[in-house]
Amino acid sequence: MTPAIQIQQVHKRFGPVQALSGIDLEVAQGEFFGLLGPNGAGKTTLINILAGLARADSGSVRVMGHDVIADYRKSRRALGVVPQELVFDPFFSVRETLRIQSGYFGLKHNDAWIDEVMHHLDLAGKAAANMRSLSGGMKRRVLVAQALVHKPPVIVLDEPTAGVDVELRQGLWEFVRGLNRDGHTIVLTTHYLEEAEALCARIAMLKQGRIVALDTTSNLVNRLDSLYLKLRIAGAALPAALAARVRDSRDAVHTLRVRSFAEVEGVLAQVREAGAQIEELELLQPDLEDVFVQIMNREEGGERRGGRNASCVLSAPASPDR
Amino acid sequence: MSGFGTLLYKELLRFWKVAFQTIAAPVLTTLLYLLIFSHVMQGQARVYGAVPYSAFLVPGLVMMAVLQNAFANSSSSLIQSKITGNIIFVLLPPLSYWDFFAAYVLASVARGMIVGAGVLLVSLGLVGLSFEHPLWIIAFAVAGSAILGTLGLIAGIWAEKFDQVAAFQSFLIMPLTFLSGVFYSIHSLPDFWQRLSHFNPFFYMIDGFRYGFFGVSDINPVLSLGIACVSLLVLTALTLALLKRGYRLRH
Repeated sequence: MTPAIQIQQVHKRFGPVQALSGIDLEVAQGEFFGLLGPNGAGKTTLINILAGLARADSGSVRVMGHDVIADYRKSRRALGVVPQELVFDPFFSVRETLRIQSGYFGLKHNDAWIDEVMHHLDLAGKAAANMRSLSGGMKRRVLVAQALVHKPPVIVLDEPTAGVDVELRQGLWEFVRGLNRDGHTIVLTTHYLEEAEALCARIAMLKQGRIVALDTTSNLVNRLDSLYLKLRIAGAALPAALAARVRDSRDAVHTLRVRSFAEVEGVLAQVREAGAQIEELELLQPDLEDVFVQIMNREEGGERRGGRNASCVLSAPASPDR
Repeated sequence: MSGFGTLLYKELLRFWKVAFQTIAAPVLTTLLYLLIFSHVMQGQARVYGAVPYSAFLVPGLVMMAVLQNAFANSSSSLIQSKITGNIIFVLLPPLSYWDFFAAYVLASVARGMIVGAGVLLVSLGLVGLSFEHPLWIIAFAVAGSAILGTLGLIAGIWAEKFDQVAAFQSFLIMPLTFLSGVFYSIHSLPDFWQRLSHFNPFFYMIDGFRYGFFGVSDINPVLSLGIACVSLLVLTALTLALLKRGYRLRH
């Protein structure tokens, strides 16, 4: 079957900044795919190239088999993009906005579908309202509706939930899951790693314009060979010998990395020998955020001296808004 | 409706929704020029032997309104879309660069013609005018507004800030229109300025437009229309090349 998205050796430079260096990526039809990475990793650039908003310096990009440059009419018909920025046209009402967007795709008499999309996104009551009068969350819904007017088989959402309240976020994910069940391919970028973990079956992680990890979400999470031991201790400080294991420390609560259950016993013994009492103990499974942090730090260009320390974790731009 | 038709409709709707600002205001401004200049210049020698100054002035002012509003329409629409980011709504769909060009320029022509017609209608209540060759009037209005609509598109594509469009307007469009013979016949100018005026393409548009009213002009209207058409073709080719490359629109 034709891949929904096929990206081959894409390079893109903005002046002195190499935004993308040799991206290869394939997303199959019907996938729910996540594109993760810190700010400036190149996620939005990649999406812009996919959508024709930017042009790759070299390499080829296809949507449903159609080249985004040579065959742009077909590729754009196959793609719906929900942009990251909250943009709107202040001259028009919600319905006008959606009708005009349909018209750009050459669609006449699209009102039945527009009504359905508005209904699903709880926009029906705002159909006649001017775009300017809508709240941020409502404007976000209109952007989603605009991306769907032409029923694209492939839908890209670029951080659709940034700055969006919990209720809308839940509603939006329910809606997008439904689209995926109906056969739409979904590509999602988000800063909320729990969201990516819950929604995406496969994930690519980008860093400095390169794909540094590409696997199913479960493989990514399972490939961490570590567990986390969360301890609250009293009576003495954490022994220095354990410093290399610390993921983070706050007051007397320390989260330590352990490779296996067998190591737990040894760590606890060291804590007791230092004269500290263990007041609370919890064993945590790694989640996608841990994988993300580990992968992003591992790629620091070989500067792994003397073990990873807590500041690495705190400085990682994994989820600033979590 | 086709993609092109929708973009044209959207561009027309855009200025129509703020018609007070985009149509009524420029009509009023132009009429103020007419009132003030025809008052100040009352008793001034007749132009072309028989035409009173106020009658001579009206076609110039109408054409100036046509040109300035055609420029304002495409340039402000595009720069607003770029600054607010909603330009992506027209960049994401499968619109060709021809669709894009034609829709923006035709909407500019429409705005220029509507404002020009407004100025002309009100002026007729104040000043007696003849209409010797109506087809020439229409031909020059269409060509002039298309040229300025295209220039507006170029300004909008090139500019990254509002003040760059304003600079384009203040330092290029305004001097070229004001010095094109809107308010005077170039025969009243010293020799040097007369010859310099022949290098201003706007001069030919105004002169030819006036020919349609009075049947007399400084330059043969066929030549003027030819110059206008060549200017339009050159600017169209340039704009299409910019759009095809995605210059400052698709990065």
